[in-house]
Amino acid sequence: MINIANDFPARAGNLTAATTLPDSDRKPLTKKEIAADHPTWCPGCGDFSVLALYFKLIEKRATWHEKVATIAGIGCSSRFPYFVQGHGVHFIHGRALPFATGLALSRPDLHVFVFGGDGDAFSIGGNHLTHTARKNVRMTYVIMDNQVYGLTKKQTSPTSPLGFKSKTDAWGAVDYPINPVKQLVAAGATFIARTTSTNPKHVLAMMEAAMDHDGFSVIQCLSECVEFYEGAFDSANPRKGGAFNEVPEDHDVTDDVAAYKLASEPFPGKFGIHYQVERATKNKLEGDIIAKYQEKVKGLEPWQILQKNFDRMK
Amino acid sequence: MSDSTVASASSVPQPKLSKISEAVIRIAGNSQDGIQAIGGFLARLAGRSEQEVMTFMTIPSTISGGASIFQVRIGTGEVLSPGDDADVLLAFYEESYEKHLAALKKGGIVLYDSDHVDPDPEKEKEYHHVGIPITSLTVEAIGGTARDKGKNIYALGLIARMFDLNVEKLEKLISERFAGKDESITKNALAAFHAGYAYNLSGLMATFHFTESAKRAGQQVVMNGNEALGYGLIAAGVRFGAGYPITPWSDIMELLRRELPKYGGMFIQCEDEIASIAMALGSSYSGRVAVTGSSGPGISLKTEALGWGIMAEMPLVVIDVQRGGPSTGMPTNVEQSDLNIACFGGHGDSPRVVLAPANVEDCFYTAIDAVNIARKYSVPVIILTDQAIATRIEAFEEPDLKKLCQDISPDLSAVTDFKPYDLQLPDGVTRHLAPGTRIASGKYPVVTGLEHDEAGHPTSSPKLHQQMTEKRRNKLKVLAHEWKTPKTFGAPEGDVLLVGWGSSQGPLREAVERARAAGDSYSSLHIRMVNPLPDGLDEVFAGFNHVFVVELNDQGFYGYGQLAALLRARYCDAKIRGINKSDGLTWKVKEILQRVKEQLEAAKQKN
Repeated sequence: MINIANDFPARAGNLTAATTLPDSDRKPLTKKEIAADHPTWCPGCGDFSVLALYFKLIEKRATWHEKVATIAGIGCSSRFPYFVQGHGVHFIHGRALPFATGLALSRPDLHVFVFGGDGDAFSIGGNHLTHTARKNVRMTYVIMDNQVYGLTKKQTSPTSPLGFKSKTDAWGAVDYPINPVKQLVAAGATFIARTTSTNPKHVLAMMEAAMDHDGFSVIQCLSECVEFYEGAFDSANPRKGGAFNEVPEDHDVTDDVAAYKLASEPFPGKFGIHYQVERATKNKLEGDIIAKYQEKVKGLEPWQILQKNFDRMK
Repeated sequence: MSDSTVASASSVPQPKLSKISEAVIRIAGNSQDGIQAIGGFLARLAGRSEQEVMTFMTIPSTISGGASIFQVRIGTGEVLSPGDDADVLLAFYEESYEKHLAALKKGGIVLYDSDHVDPDPEKEKEYHHVGIPITSLTVEAIGGTARDKGKNIYALGLIARMFDLNVEKLEKLISERFAGKDESITKNALAAFHAGYAYNLSGLMATFHFTESAKRAGQQVVMNGNEALGYGLIAAGVRFGAGYPITPWSDIMELLRRELPKYGGMFIQCEDEIASIAMALGSSYSGRVAVTGSSGPGISLKTEALGWGIMAEMPLVVIDVQRGGPSTGMPTNVEQSDLNIACFGGHGDSPRVVLAPANVEDCFYTAIDAVNIARKYSVPVIILTDQAIATRIEAFEEPDLKKLCQDISPDLSAVTDFKPYDLQLPDGVTRHLAPGTRIASGKYPVVTGLEHDEAGHPTSSPKLHQQMTEKRRNKLKVLAHEWKTPKTFGAPEGDVLLVGWGSSQGPLREAVERARAAGDSYSSLHIRMVNPLPDGLDEVFAGFNHVFVVELNDQGFYGYGQLAALLRARYCDAKIRGINKSDGLTWKVKEILQRVKEQLEAAKQKN
């Protein structure tokens, strides 16, 4: 066995330690400080608005660069982390949620945000959406739903409405679309909200509510692809002759049947929190298991805990 | 039995006591008979005595009801392989008798349950048969309910009597095994054991006693390869893992799930193989190397994310407990056919590290090496173990845990500035800053699977793709250079060099010993790091006339196994040839020697 445990630096050779001010003396971040690369999205894309509101959220919540992590999979919207000044990860298609789960469970000191599109969430990553919801991992997932594959230039997406003409369905989409809210209710998600990028105030309100939710918070944000599905969400935009109808005040957000019914309304449906319940997070449940088992080995160094196992194998 | 003195078939009323140095005992029955438990007791007993022990176990794919065997080889010298042929066969059923009699040495002893087995009169001339109504005697011993469960312990009693094993230690092991369960279970088990031990073995010509071996300096621990890997990871400081159940990897995830909470860690059972590697990568990114693993088919599913780990330069440990493939293949048999996917599986140029442990003990140390290489070179490391090591129980010297256990918590102290993929780094190795680290310049890194510039931002620059590709490759060329060139077992020069990797180390060494004892100039070489290959192997090969790469995989279209093909491509040396098989079983020593002889003979004919 080679012993290289201690003969290499834990950090890269290009680092210099910095003396930094305590958080109490730090100036709040400005939008400019949170913005990184200029977005590569097409002019008019709905995602710009979501990005601007994410900046606003960080500003408003007076948090620091290093306290949040921005994770994404693949797709137009998943370019998000490059545009945010902060620790970020651009992972592979559909798998941002399990990656973010590994991070969120390992680092309770961070707030983990995941951004992605409908392909990531409901198609290639569909299985992970179900299981992250059921595990109730503490993080916020913003699904920028444009109902089309944009990065690959107009193929049918899992949320494309029936009849939508794309390069893979020149005669119009024939596969029944996924209803995000219904699917999330069934999967056991504890926070489900709908919003649209053309209503910035509402987007921010949903982001804040999601951030405050102790659990897996999902926002389906309609975000128009002006290039490949122009006008998709006009019906939700009062400026385009549509209607932005909020979830009725008397809607019981803890009632899964009511949430399911609400989600069955014809497009564009209602906006706001459709469902929200308190249920122990995966983070807490794992923390409880750890606390219970650490109690049994209290005061022992890791090697001593391991030694106890080895003693039993003699 | 090396010094066996099994007498000829004359009826002697009292068995004769013979001193032996080692014995191979095969127990065959059904999986619900608790065959593994007998093997486990024997292995543990040997570990607590001064004997070396190695076991060989097969479990059928069917969870219950199929044929199950356990073979234990106990010796006072160094035991290198499970043993070719058994000295004693214990057969519970007609099927086990018929199927496994051929595994017995000529003149060996078969103990059979006469309640179930009707021996073949022809075979009675070749093997010494001892019929014992094990089932009915067990029922007699532990009460009226005909429970199959006590049979194994009854049989253990028989074996203990036959081999003059330490009764006190076995009683203690039985009590420990059932500790915490209903008291009557321990009582019944001990009753069955004593009944077996008291059985009048007058039908047997001999009983045996193991010769005393030299006292070992340190204490021994007894465990299987999967356990050794799991505990090795904990010692190395790993505190997070994610996985999906698949045989024979599942034991490792079960162990880590159970153990990690004590250390403040956790293991997450995921929805699928892809989620498992993604989650482990997410945890690695959080600042501490994490682990995922699987067996054959699961590794295929993980390869896309593995490519991300290589591109993003993220440390990670991936365990592949190989089994017979492709596809579902032979889930409970051994094969070394994942070398190619481990070394090259994936899209694009994706250099990674592959380590293959040689035995159970080495699993423990390989886990630590894998973690440290992953950290030092910021790269995914695959541990290529196999079904044989995974399920085999060995006794080995207890590791110095106080010395070996390491703390690899991330450093989150602030830095002035940071470029994750800096091309000017003194050692050329990226080391990521864990999220949560404050960077005074206000410029934060993105970790990505897109080709990137030094800050981690996407680029399509031809120059940068060339430079970054070289960066990812060159850092591991440094590893190939730093890693010690393996030494030959046996003389560094000679006629035949047997090259192997993974679990074939033991049988190869025993083959060398046997060949040398017969006057043939054989040596063997074990390659523990199979990717990148360590420097200097060509110099080792130069010392021999013939180089045979002995592998449990197919010879392929061109006549060479997976490592043989790699070595030929690397060294263009025509004397490198392959010895391969794909029967799902470990190498027998005589099989290796026979195959080498055949090849040498064929080469002679050609000349």
